[in-house]
Formats: sequence, structure tokens, C-alpha cells
Amino acid sequence: MAEITFLEALRQGLWEEMERDERVFILGEDVGLYGGAFKVTDGFAKKFGESRVIDTPISEAAIVGAAAGAAHMGLRPVAEMQFIDFISCAYDMLTNYVATARYRAGLSTPMVVRGPCGGYVRGGPFHSQNPEAAFLHTPGLKIVYPATVRDAKGLIKASIRDEDPVLYLEHKWLYRRIKEQLPEGEEILTPIGKARTAREGKHLSIISYGATLWKSLEAAEQLDKADGLSVEVLDLRTLLPLDDAAIVASVKKTNKVLIVHEDTRTGGIAGEIAARINEQAFEWLDGPIMRVTAHDVPIPYAPTLEDFVLPQTDDIVKAARWLAAY
Amino acid sequence: MARVDVLMPQMGESIAEGTLSKWLKKVGDPVKRDEPLFEISTDKVDAEIPAPAAGVLAEIKVQEGQTVPVQTLVAVLETEAGAVASKPAAASPAPAPAAAPKPEPPKPAPAPPPPPAQPAARPSARPADGDGGVMTAEQRLRTKSTPLVRKIAAEHSVDISSIPGSGYAGRVTKQDILGFIERAPTQQAPGPRPQPQGPGAIEHPAVEAWPGDRVEPWSRIRKITADHMVMSKRVSAHVASFFEVDFTRVGQLRAKAKQSYLDRGVNLTFLAFIAKACAENLRKHPIVNAAVSGDSTIYRADVNVGIAVALDWGLIVPVIKHADELSLMGIARAINDLGERARTKKLLPDDIQRGTFTITNPGGFGPFAGIPIINQPQVAILGVGAIEKRPKVVTAADGTESIAIRTMGMLTMSYDHRVVDGADADKFLADVKKLLQEFPEGAM
Repeated sequence: MAEITFLEALRQGLWEEMERDERVFILGEDVGLYGGAFKVTDGFAKKFGESRVIDTPISEAAIVGAAAGAAHMGLRPVAEMQFIDFISCAYDMLTNYVATARYRAGLSTPMVVRGPCGGYVRGGPFHSQNPEAAFLHTPGLKIVYPATVRDAKGLIKASIRDEDPVLYLEHKWLYRRIKEQLPEGEEILTPIGKARTAREGKHLSIISYGATLWKSLEAAEQLDKADGLSVEVLDLRTLLPLDDAAIVASVKKTNKVLIVHEDTRTGGIAGEIAARINEQAFEWLDGPIMRVTAHDVPIPYAPTLEDFVLPQTDDIVKAARWLAAY
Repeated sequence: MARVDVLMPQMGESIAEGTLSKWLKKVGDPVKRDEPLFEISTDKVDAEIPAPAAGVLAEIKVQEGQTVPVQTLVAVLETEAGAVASKPAAASPAPAPAAAPKPEPPKPAPAPPPPPAQPAARPSARPADGDGGVMTAEQRLRTKSTPLVRKIAAEHSVDISSIPGSGYAGRVTKQDILGFIERAPTQQAPGPRPQPQGPGAIEHPAVEAWPGDRVEPWSRIRKITADHMVMSKRVSAHVASFFEVDFTRVGQLRAKAKQSYLDRGVNLTFLAFIAKACAENLRKHPIVNAAVSGDSTIYRADVNVGIAVALDWGLIVPVIKHADELSLMGIARAINDLGERARTKKLLPDDIQRGTFTITNPGGFGPFAGIPIINQPQVAILGVGAIEKRPKVVTAADGTESIAIRTMGMLTMSYDHRVVDGADADKFLADVKKLLQEFPEGAM
């Protein structure tokens, strides 16, 4: 069993699906010959040929539009956004066209739009975004956001096999930072719509996903050592549809909830989660639902400023302490 | 030893001033670099301000609650450890060498803590929502409980306000209430409860316990009593009248009859005479034997006199039913019986219900007089002071006056001026006094 990175797991997932199903193909900027900006598709063109690994012009709208058409015609496209920040260029395609296709015309659109997201990498405002909240509000889409090596593989494979359009958000800070041994010869599929308990606890629950899941786990460890607090950490994995049952179960267990996300605060997913908890588990709350998020500003280039703007482990520790003592 | 100025930071471009809401360190305290030094509150944020350097807090220039422009000198730190602990009041102005330029440029204080924020953590520093000031917010924190705690309280019939809270501002947390329920599995009132509680929840404001204090949650009987007392003071317009009564005759009658009563198993007390005198006269003064209901007065058909009994664990008021139909012997026996059963927790629920008037007799402890609180929903309560020998001016049959030694005692009646006017109360008391002073021997 070899230890592999998050990026390698994603690469393997794509590779296996390409091998398994010849309807699966990849399109995006520099995905072919160059192997992708982060080398996710390195070697794919050579193995699967240029008809299944297509370099496109610099137009996210065209990439998503072409993928949608191909999906309607029975193929299984995987469209790469070189940086997920630029998915906003395809916002119209995704929300007006792709998300509504099944409702409007009974058209199945089994396609994946994936790309590197997130900060902590000194990427500045155009290469650090987390766009999930912009699409959370769009019925017809699914959004997955793996945090672990296993789920990076399991969710890309599940997304490709899904009959509906899926946004697959991959955090570039995790690409080469986290490693895990995956069993060989076992097909890894992570069900869409199912959260995962990343750490069991009883005093309070941290609900998170993506890179901040790891910061939350780090915070939980510190709180355990320094304060004797038993902190549960829930990894959402899928943001749309949210796993209400898992969220509510954790709330009923610990009665206190801290939601942590890297995306900005206002209109962020934490607000939606808080609303659902209020609706479904109000009487189980032993404290206000709290959030740790980025500040409501673009992500700065300057390292000190980025560190300040994005949620850090210390912020989570501080908020969790406050909530635990509430 | 260098001195570092600490300035009121500019927390945002548009901010011109800030209020120093709280000092987290005292003069003489050592501080670490970046350790929170004080809290400020501006139009935009509330924040803890970290120390710009390590050292000792030498001077505080801006007091809590003061609002000053940004860049105002707030405090002075003396850096360089060593001179630290030995000089707790380092406020002595060890001035910086005048020649040297500022040892360290005062940093524009670091940014506020990141967004997790401490929303209600320090309510005092936050604007109160809408009405009221600091105390309102604090009190609200103390009295509000979380949905979970309320749910648990309802499931276990626990009164949240009787649980000492360990959360912020004394809030009762899940752990608090679960621990409370575990410790007191079925917290039953010792003996039946006094009068049912009136309308409206009573809130008893929380008070900070100091180190070493003992915080004891109320028993059910204490809670009911506390709520009832506050409710009564709130509901009724309390007024009191004082009547001094000459108990000499009663004392003589009592001394004479005491043994024969004892032979029949009854302890004859002054209280029995007083209860008898009240019972006889309540029928004649129905407004004192009444209740208020909304905008109406209920004149009670029965005369049921409650007798307050002090127990080690609280106060209870068993009731002598139809007291006006009982002889002195009957009343004395009833008082004995109810008191005994109250002390042995053998009272039945009916024993403490349907009182129409109450007598409380702390005279045995020696007070000259007291002003009792009305036992709702009644409209009057009689308090008995110490009965003892006092000098008294007496007038002989021939009109000559002299000072005599008489057995005297004060009767106080608190009454509800909503329905009982002073004349009503005093006429009743005058009749009670008359009956006691001229107690007929035939009634023995």
C-alpha cells in the first residue's frame, strides 16, 4: 500500500474512470500536452489520446457549454477550471443552462466541473477563492468538496458516475500537503450527500469541510490537550445536498455547534447550516450556533494579511473555547 | 528600562475615537508581548488590544468607560524584565531619558482578533440591544437559558432559576442542569406546599458569588416561599396598623386554665386566644376575611385562619377551618395538632388550603412588632409581637392614674389597601383588642 497525495488520489480517480468508461473525457485549459496547471492530468493525453483529453481555448463559458452539450449527447465530460476562481465566467452556463436542463427539457447532464480552489497559498484574490456559496443557491447542481485523500478519489469517481451536474472543488493547499495510504485493488467510491465524522467528541461539534477541516482537527486536538474538551468534527464532504441527518445527529449529541469555513462570512454556507439546525434541532442547542470564517474581503496577497483574513487554527480554538464555556 | 507608549488604536479608517471598556491588567502587572491588555469598543468593533511589548504595566492613563480619540496615550509599559515583580506599584514615573528618541515607535496597535468574535462573551462592552444599559444585558444573560436547558427543565419539572449556573454571567448550562437532576433525583417539597403561586413568573436576579462563598440551590419550599413573597408585595398594596394590647387578663385566664387544658391534652397558648379573638371578629368584619379577584372582592363565607409555622426547612401555613365555630379549646387543639403535623411532615394537602386570614406569631423570638407580608390571595395578616410585662398607665375606677406592671404585646396587621381601608382594618383590630382585654371567662 503506497502513501499518496490528495492530488495523486484525484488523478487516480480520473484515470480509473477514464479506463472504466470510454464515455468519460476531460476538457480544459492546458489539460492535455501540459498535463494541467497543477499536473492533475499529467500523462492523460498520452494514455487516452487527444480526443479524450482536450485542450480548450481560454473560455470557461465555452468549456462548460461544450461539456453540457456532450453530456446531453451521452458522454461523461469532466471540465477543468484552471483556477476555480474563473468558474464565475461560466456562471451563466451553469446556473441558467446546466442546472435547469433536467427541469426545462428533461435533459440529463451528467458532467463534472472541477478545479483548484482555496487559499493559504499566497495566491491573492484571483487564485484563492471558494465559490461554493454562489452555487449552493442553485437547484439542480450538486457540490462536493473532499478534504481527505480517500474522498478526493472516492468523490471524483462518484461525481463522474452521477447522472447530474456536479461541481467538484479541490483545495490546492491540500494537493500535496496531506498523504494517506489507500488500499490497492479496491474501488473507492464516496457516496455523494453523506458527511463523515472525522473525530468523535461530546462537548461540542465543529462542522467543516476542505482545508479548514484540517485546521478544525488541529484545534480539536489542542482543545483536548489544553482544555480537556472533547470536540467532535464533522466533515461535510458534500455541500449540496447537505447531509442534514448527520448534522442534526451531531447537534443532538454535543448540543453546541461551531461551523468553520474558509469562504467569506456573509451569505456563506455556515448561515444555511445554522438555519437548518434552528429548524430541525432548536431544542437541542445549549449555545448559539457560532461561525469561524474568512473576513468579508477579497483574499490579500500579503502573507500576513492573508493569514489574518483566512480562518486559522487559533481562531477556531478561541471560538470553541468561548462556546464550550457558554 | 525603556518605556513604551500604548495608544488607542485606530480600528478602521473611519474611526475617530474608542471607548476603553475594560482593563485586563492592573498597574504593576507583568505583561507578555501580544497578551491582551485592555478591551475597547468603537463604532465598528469591540476588541482586545494586545500589549505592543513585554514588560510591566507602569501607568494607566485612560480609565474604564472613558472615550478618547485614536492615538491617545492610554498606558505606559516599562519594558525589560527584572524590575518587574519587586515593584508592584511601578507607577513611579521613572521618566524615559529625555535625549533618546522614542525607544520604540508606538505601534499602531495590532488588528482586532479575527472574526470568530466573542459576541456575547463580554456583554458589558457591547451595545445593549435597544433598551437598557449594561445591567440589562447582563441580567438578560443570567436569566435566559438555552433551548436545550429549557427542554431538559420541562422534562424533569425543574425550575431553572433554582440551579446555580456555571456559564457566562451565571447561565445554567447543560452540565449544570444534568448535574442538578442527578444530585436531586426527585426534589420533593418536604411536606405539602403553601398557597399555590400566583400569576406571573418571579425572577430573582442573579448575584455574583465571591471566592469561598457557598451557593446553595433553593429547595422547592424555599422557592415557593420566595416567589410568593415577591408576588405578594407586588400584587397587594401593603399597609400596616399597630395595636398595643393588654394581655394581663388573658395571661391570668391562661394560667388558671393551663392545667385543665393539659389534662385534656391541649397546650393553651396566647396564640390560641389571639386566634379566637380574630375568628370571632372576622365574621363581623367581612372585608378583612376576603380576597381580591380581578376587579372584584370575594367575601369569604368561611372563616379559615391560617397559622404560620416556622420549620427548620422553611415556613408553612396550615389552616384552622371554620375557626369561628370552634371554642377556645377547639382552636388551641387545632393549633397544637397542625403545628405538630407540620413538624413531622404529616400535613395533608387540604390542611394548607383555603385559608381566609393568617396569623404569624414570631413573638416567641422576642420582636416588639413586625410587619408581615400578606399571604395571597388573602387581604390581611396579623403579626404578633413579644408578650411581656411592661409599665403601663392605668386609670382606676375613680379616675386616678398610675403606672402599673401589665402584660403587654403588639399586634400588627398588614392589609391590602386595594380593598381594606384604614378604618376597616382599625375597627377590626380594635374589636380584637377589646375581646382580648375583656376575654369572657365563660368562653374558657
